[in-house]
Amino acid sequence: MEGEVKIGVYICNCGTNIAGTVDVKEVAKLAGGLPSVVIAKDYMYMCSDPGQNMIKEDIKQLGLNRIVVASCSPMLHEHTFRQAVQDAGLNPYLFEMANIREHCSWITEDPKLATEKAKALVSAAVRRVYYQEPLEVREVPVTPSILVVGGGIAGIQAALEVANAGHKAYLVERESSIGGHMAQFDKTFPTLDCASCIFTPLLSTVGQHPNIELMTYSEVEEISGYIGNFQAKIRKKARYVDEDKCNGCLVCVEKCPWKAVSEFDEGLSQRKAIYTPFAQAVPNVPVIDTEHCVYFLKGTCRACERFCDLKAIDFEQPDKEVEVAVGAIIVATGYDAFDPSAITNYGYGRYDNVFTALQFERMCNASGPTGGKIVLKDGSEPKNIAIIHCVGSRDKNYHEYCSRVCCMYSLKYSHLIKEKIENAEVYQFYIDMRCFGKGYEEFYERLSNEEVKFIRGKASEVTDRARTEEEQGKLVVVAEDSLMSALIRVPVDMVILSTALEARSDAAAVARLFNISRSADGFFLERHPKLDPVATTTDGIFIVGCAQGPKDIPDTVAQASAAAARVLAMISQGKVEIEAATAVIDEELCSGCKICNLLCPYSAITFDEEKKVSRVNEVLCKACGVCVAACPSAAITGKHFTTEQIMAEIEGVLA
Amino acid sequence: MAKLKVALYWAASCGGCEIAQLAIGDKLLKLAEAADIVFWPVAIDAKYKDVEAMPDKSIDACLFNGAIRNSEQEHMAKMLREKSKIMIAYGSCAYEGCIPGLANLFNRQMIFERVYIETQSTDNKNNILPQTSCQVPEGELTLPEFYDTVKTLRQTVDVDYVIPGCPPEEKTTWLALEALIEGKLPPKGTVISHNAKAVCDDCPLKRDVKKIKKIYRNFNIIPEPEICLLEQGLLCQGIATRGGCGAPCPQANMPCTGCYGPVEGVIDQGAHFLSALASVIDSNDPEEIQRIIDDIPDPVGSFYRYSLPDSLLRGAIIR
Repeated sequence: MEGEVKIGVYICNCGTNIAGTVDVKEVAKLAGGLPSVVIAKDYMYMCSDPGQNMIKEDIKQLGLNRIVVASCSPMLHEHTFRQAVQDAGLNPYLFEMANIREHCSWITEDPKLATEKAKALVSAAVRRVYYQEPLEVREVPVTPSILVVGGGIAGIQAALEVANAGHKAYLVERESSIGGHMAQFDKTFPTLDCASCIFTPLLSTVGQHPNIELMTYSEVEEISGYIGNFQAKIRKKARYVDEDKCNGCLVCVEKCPWKAVSEFDEGLSQRKAIYTPFAQAVPNVPVIDTEHCVYFLKGTCRACERFCDLKAIDFEQPDKEVEVAVGAIIVATGYDAFDPSAITNYGYGRYDNVFTALQFERMCNASGPTGGKIVLKDGSEPKNIAIIHCVGSRDKNYHEYCSRVCCMYSLKYSHLIKEKIENAEVYQFYIDMRCFGKGYEEFYERLSNEEVKFIRGKASEVTDRARTEEEQGKLVVVAEDSLMSALIRVPVDMVILSTALEARSDAAAVARLFNISRSADGFFLERHPKLDPVATTTDGIFIVGCAQGPKDIPDTVAQASAAAARVLAMISQGKVEIEAATAVIDEELCSGCKICNLLCPYSAITFDEEKKVSRVNEVLCKACGVCVAACPSAAITGKHFTTEQIMAEIEGVLA
Repeated sequence: MAKLKVALYWAASCGGCEIAQLAIGDKLLKLAEAADIVFWPVAIDAKYKDVEAMPDKSIDACLFNGAIRNSEQEHMAKMLREKSKIMIAYGSCAYEGCIPGLANLFNRQMIFERVYIETQSTDNKNNILPQTSCQVPEGELTLPEFYDTVKTLRQTVDVDYVIPGCPPEEKTTWLALEALIEGKLPPKGTVISHNAKAVCDDCPLKRDVKKIKKIYRNFNIIPEPEICLLEQGLLCQGIATRGGCGAPCPQANMPCTGCYGPVEGVIDQGAHFLSALASVIDSNDPEEIQRIIDDIPDPVGSFYRYSLPDSLLRGAIIR
């Protein structure tokens, strides 16, 4: 490094975000007195153009060769400042950021303590930057293909966008058909489009798209590699039906004598042991449910095999493992519907005529279990129906968040009921009506004129214990009408529970698999809530749809397209920048003990048998630091995280 | 050429370093040809006052072994530093604190209570503990002050060179003495040994990638000859220990215990060995991992046998 170290320190006020708690002048004063610091000042917004220009000017005027900015999280603006430093002709790795917002001002109430903490963080960054060295950013080529995990509307949209742009998309779906929750829907709010009419063409486009390789009844088992160069191991579970031979005639389904509860119809109907979940399934190839197939249980039957002219049934079919190379991954694993049996006072599972929203959705669907008729368990038509909002949402006991779609689909149900049952009475028990999307408020307005009864108040109970003649044989919804400040009891024939959308029960495992984080509500965490809502903290891995948080179809589609645009940008660039801070082995210190050899998750370490030393392949190294920590001889150095730098940082904090 | 003046001293140590110094055998004669030994309590009858009377920097080199446990040792370390041009920390106690340094897991009071009261062979009805001064009819009796913590020589005075080992191998001792005699000493601060790399570099045993399913103590197994002991589950610390000794222990089927201290550039030998060991435990099941590491006997004594006072933690915090 050239001559004397000259450090410039800039303390950001971030409006009042930092300066409201931290005495920025005092921090700047302390920084000014630290060794090798040439200039230290505070400024209103360091990330603004004038803020960045100030750094650039000082680098030129004062010959600064190390820069520290104390502001927000490096997640947010490290790139901004590295770029600014680079524009002024300095290597970006000669810049260090101290996080005095998220790590300090936002979480420390006492201004004195916050200021002390900010001083410690700044002094650590200053001492660290002294030892920082210039590094060269490297570029690697991008594999021009994508893995989309989840075949609901989010995954389908993302896969189509990429495939339509001419690139390969691998679409992996856990169930035997793509479609996800949207395939279960009847109409969609607020336009009342028939869901199948708009969705099934998409499904078949995906099924036939030359650039989409569809892997249904499959799960991703392992991800390795890094942005631009991932490898995914996918297990294709045995369907026991040969996809290449089957022509989708479904005679096997017709002939199968064994039945099970239909998951697709939310338990309202039965399906066969060999089945496709719904009529327009893609691919239209059935799957054998080994838990209900009598051949798998007892070794007899084989009816499906006998009737299949194409000899497509294969009871011996094994699971298959395939490996694909992709440049990016979009996780679109969707949501689970909240199980309302947890809220015992609503009587779901106890009363025949308390249904979940998805069950009701299936009931309304023309190809559903009742052929689109709204009926009670005994087959008769209900006259009055109550819809209870926020079941599991906006509730401290379950999920504090708003599920965002329940108000709207509840309104949609009101309309469908009114349409299908003459003179039906519909009661909506709501906390607040949240009709925020395009055309949503208008839809609410329209329903208000359809004589739907809106009752503002959370229902406390659904009971069959009648108190009056009128309540006999009915389900009584007990609630507080908070507009009238009165307790009310409403006798109805049917109750629909507008259940919350929640994170998938296996979200934790999926997060681990893809090395992404989850927010407190259990959904996957985006890189930035406003400015980067589809990326994750792992480069090259994106999240879309309800896997990221509850949202409606338009938002899901927009998000899926956004993620696809990010992937396409990567592909059209053809290369991505990767971490320069790789690990390097000092051959003068390596004793060839081979501790590190097996540890590298990227297989970047090889052993030189002739020299008896280990060596890091810098192209493969992703700078995770595992080998650095493991090396018992300190022969491996993590560039940008050297022992010298880390010790200086610790000493700075403790100084 | 005038003869060199050399002093040798012992502080908190076991006497093994003196044996190691004598173990250079006939090379002692070469040393005697080149140098006068002006102070060596183990062999020469000289008094502290004789050293005190020497002019500052009149000794060319002092080989100081032993850790700093009490005020007498600190006094002598400081005095010899003043009188010597070159101060050499000889052996692991002076270098890193070594076995006496393991007492840093306790404080003075705990050590005194254990040694002078609790041990079964002790008969001390009046609970008498060592005092720095005591009045008897004949006058005042004094003892050096026993410190709370053991320090290394480097934590007490400025040290020019280190000769590592517990005790240093004969060839390591001679490497330093020869350099001294020939006036070819390396840059100040050097830890003098034949190898800056780890013991593995000296060790002829065959090594492969490491995966440990079970940890053994020495008496649990008879290791396969010619195969890396760590791979066989013995806690051989050669991977984290400076070489130059020639790896005599692993070659005799005894795992390296780490006496030559950390490899060049390593700040905390025990932490580095621990981190490396943790990396090669062959399991992802937390319960199995726990079972495997439960077999590590006396973790501090295993990982920091020679280096506790010189480690990042230096010892236990006692409240």
